[in-house]
Amino acid sequence: MTDIIIGILCTLGALTILIAAVGILRMPDFYLRLSVTVKAATLGGGLLLSAAAVYFTDEVSVTTKALAIIFFLILTGPVAAHLIGRTAYVIGTEQWKGTIRDDLTGMYHKDSTEPGSGENAEENGGHEVPPAS
Amino acid sequence: MAKQFLMNLLLAFIWVALTGALYYSNFLFGFGVGFFLMWVMNRGGTDDRYFTRVPKVIGFFLYFVYEMVKANIQVAYDVITPKYFMKPGIVKYPMNAKTDFEINMLSTVISLTPGTLIIDVSEDRKVLYIHVMYLRDKEQFIRQIKDGFERRLLEVIR
Repeated sequence: MTDIIIGILCTLGALTILIAAVGILRMPDFYLRLSVTVKAATLGGGLLLSAAAVYFTDEVSVTTKALAIIFFLILTGPVAAHLIGRTAYVIGTEQWKGTIRDDLTGMYHKDSTEPGSGENAEENGGHEVPPAS
Repeated sequence: MAKQFLMNLLLAFIWVALTGALYYSNFLFGFGVGFFLMWVMNRGGTDDRYFTRVPKVIGFFLYFVYEMVKANIQVAYDVITPKYFMKPGIVKYPMNAKTDFEINMLSTVISLTPGTLIIDVSEDRKVLYIHVMYLRDKEQFIRQIKDGFERRLLEVIR
């Protein structure tokens, strides 16, 4: 029974990471690559680590370490993804030609990397100057 | 709230000490027994927020896992088949979350679901800019996040 669970967890984790690796090659632009990679890496790493946790149920120290690593993966992965994506947008990385909508265009204030919300548009007359890239 | 949670933890430890078996399953079972006991003894009590919140936390966790697996399958299908089905776009999402902690949790949860990625938060903290992979309709997407993740998350946190 335990063997079956370990097998399922390991296979799913390896498949997820494989798909993320293929996704890096296949996706057409930077944001999509980032989008595919970060989540799949978190999920795949989490699945492999939980397989290790199930395998070492007798040794409590291994299980607690595995759980702690999963916790910190979940905590730190999105922050890294957010910062990388934001930096890419600020320095003006191009988007794929199939992109159908971009609400962030022109929302950055001049000489600043913090976008406005667009809720009080009258103070800047609607659209602001896009960042110098 | 915190007092009841600590009390529940203490009951779980007492259960583990009495049964003498330090396993996760036994600890969780003790936690469940303690929760049930406290719930029984609090019937008609004034402060019952803790007892509605614990099932909501479990429900939120299960919902999150379900959404994550669903979105992963969608993305994986797009990666391994030759044609692109995606319609990427950046959406402005007006959020209900107010404090820093709520915004942090909400953006973590949204970032962890495949296909959505937080690009930026506006400086007055009213709006999130989300990069979406499968954007069919903006209003529908916003409604989906509002009714799904944000409502459940705020119910758990507040």
